[in-house]
Amino acid sequence: MFAIYRKEMSSYFINPIGYIYLGVFLVFSALLCCYTTIISGTYNTSSYFSMMIFAFIILIPILTMRLFAEERKMRTEQLLLTAPVSLTGMVLGKYFAALTIFLGGVLLSCLNFIPLYVIAGVERQGSSETLTHVGPVTTEIVGGVIALCLLGAALIAVGTLVSALTENQLSAAVVTIGVIAAMVLLNMLNLLTDSDGQPLIANYAVRAVIDWVSVLSRFTAFLNGVFDYAAILYYASLAFIFLFLTVRVYEKRRWG
Amino acid sequence: MIKIEHLVKNYGANCAVDDISFEVEEGEIVGFLGPNGAGKSTTMNILTGYLSSTSGKALIAGVDILADPIAAKRQIGYLPEQPPLYPDMTVEEYLNFNYDLKGCKLDRRAHLEQICETVKIKDVRHKVIRTLSKGYRQRVGIAQALVGNPKVIIFDEPTVGLDPKQIIEIRNLIRGLGKEHTVILSTHILQEVQAVCDRIVIINKGKIVANEKTENISNVVADNRRFHVKIAGPQKEILSMLRSMPGIAYADALAERDGDAYTYLVESDFGVDIRKKLFYQLSERGWPMIGLESLGMNLEDIFITVVDKSEEHKSGRIAQTERTKRRGSKEKASLERELGANLYENAQRRRMESSLEEGEDD
Repeated sequence: MFAIYRKEMSSYFINPIGYIYLGVFLVFSALLCCYTTIISGTYNTSSYFSMMIFAFIILIPILTMRLFAEERKMRTEQLLLTAPVSLTGMVLGKYFAALTIFLGGVLLSCLNFIPLYVIAGVERQGSSETLTHVGPVTTEIVGGVIALCLLGAALIAVGTLVSALTENQLSAAVVTIGVIAAMVLLNMLNLLTDSDGQPLIANYAVRAVIDWVSVLSRFTAFLNGVFDYAAILYYASLAFIFLFLTVRVYEKRRWG
Repeated sequence: MIKIEHLVKNYGANCAVDDISFEVEEGEIVGFLGPNGAGKSTTMNILTGYLSSTSGKALIAGVDILADPIAAKRQIGYLPEQPPLYPDMTVEEYLNFNYDLKGCKLDRRAHLEQICETVKIKDVRHKVIRTLSKGYRQRVGIAQALVGNPKVIIFDEPTVGLDPKQIIEIRNLIRGLGKEHTVILSTHILQEVQAVCDRIVIINKGKIVANEKTENISNVVADNRRFHVKIAGPQKEILSMLRSMPGIAYADALAERDGDAYTYLVESDFGVDIRKKLFYQLSERGWPMIGLESLGMNLEDIFITVVDKSEEHKSGRIAQTERTKRRGSKEKASLERELGANLYENAQRRRMESSLEEGEDD
């Protein structure tokens, strides 16, 4: 498993794909941070974190499309499957490599918050008021970063499964974009209202199901600085299910 | 070392491997021979744990590949038909990755050094695989199979797409490996198994058609009973003389002419060396023999015969050959003749095809 993990990590940087991902991720997050906070004149980071999710729709597939599709196309899959490594080890090795790059990107993007603290520091010096809090709320930022990481971990597992099902990087990317977009946007259905302000989906049960399936609905608690254990379990089990399915895909193919 | 028992692999309704059983002893080089789609690769993929069998067992060094795949895979080095190379890596990185992947415990530097020495890739160790020629890629693929010093090495069509010089080098390499490893290689080229293998397993349509030591098959081949004889003189008379001559089982003229000389296909009775007698007889009549070429019977012809026959009667040629051995040489002779006639047809077909091709070239 570690051999595969190391190989994947180095292949992210032998190919430019790792650099491309990190570059695009960092530029996008920096711009987004700038627009949602400094230019909007607020220390509130919640809209930054909500918008970042939409970036994932494009960025996560870049990270996951190669994982298995490339191996199948190059026929190197046979090397891994005939090596003394379990299927689970193989899938996890690849998954954790993608996750590492992803987490690296998210952690680097935390640099975006430094200007907020600097500006807040300057503002505090200039004002005589000491009772109100001036500047970003650290717990909200920490919560937001954790939420991004959890959501990313779940979506990378989705991308891993799609990559295992396809033989072509491009189709893996396109399908992953579709699936992730559907998962993210599902929540929007619940928010739609008709002209009277009534929800478009009238049935409460349907809304509850959509709410349960949607990866977005569990996101908000973190943005308010609330550490939601149920959400952690939700994202972890989502990742587990998709990785489990990936292993099953390979198991099934062997019996083909 | 390797034991396959009643192996069956179905793809839906399609049966790729149909109840195959055979064993490979330690240190043996076994050639797996068959036309495309015969089930060679499928069998190898089952042996290496890439595919699972529908039923039956495959044991590597006593370990069932299905029961304990990781322990079994540790004993195997596998070179698939298309070498599984990462084009972006250097040879060095690739071998190191394989070393890690196989959880190898040997001294890394010395072991990889020795492998590079064996397959002669030292000079390209720091090159990116993408830039290597096909021959070198194949060697890197073989190097990959050698990492971890596995007891069993499996090659799937190791010489496909290489030029003749590379083919000879790879064959020598494989023969060298046979000294320390058990080797299975698949191929559809008969000279290859003849040149490299101790034993030949012929497979067709998912069934084993023959499983013989290479000498046994080559002995039949070496039997000097069939010749191309080039004789100057009147064709009809020579032919009738040949046909009436004792010791000759079969004679016919070929459509080959060299001045006033014609080429004849002559087949002697079993166990008779006709050459000297033929020479004196012809010289007596004043028809000089200006060429004599022993045809033998190459594996290709045997293979075609064996495979064709097994399709004709489902019982298969092997059973027939077995029976023949028991019943003595008389029936064997007639069987040989049958094989010979078949060979003759094949030879003619080939000649026709090649002349057609030449015609197209013009």
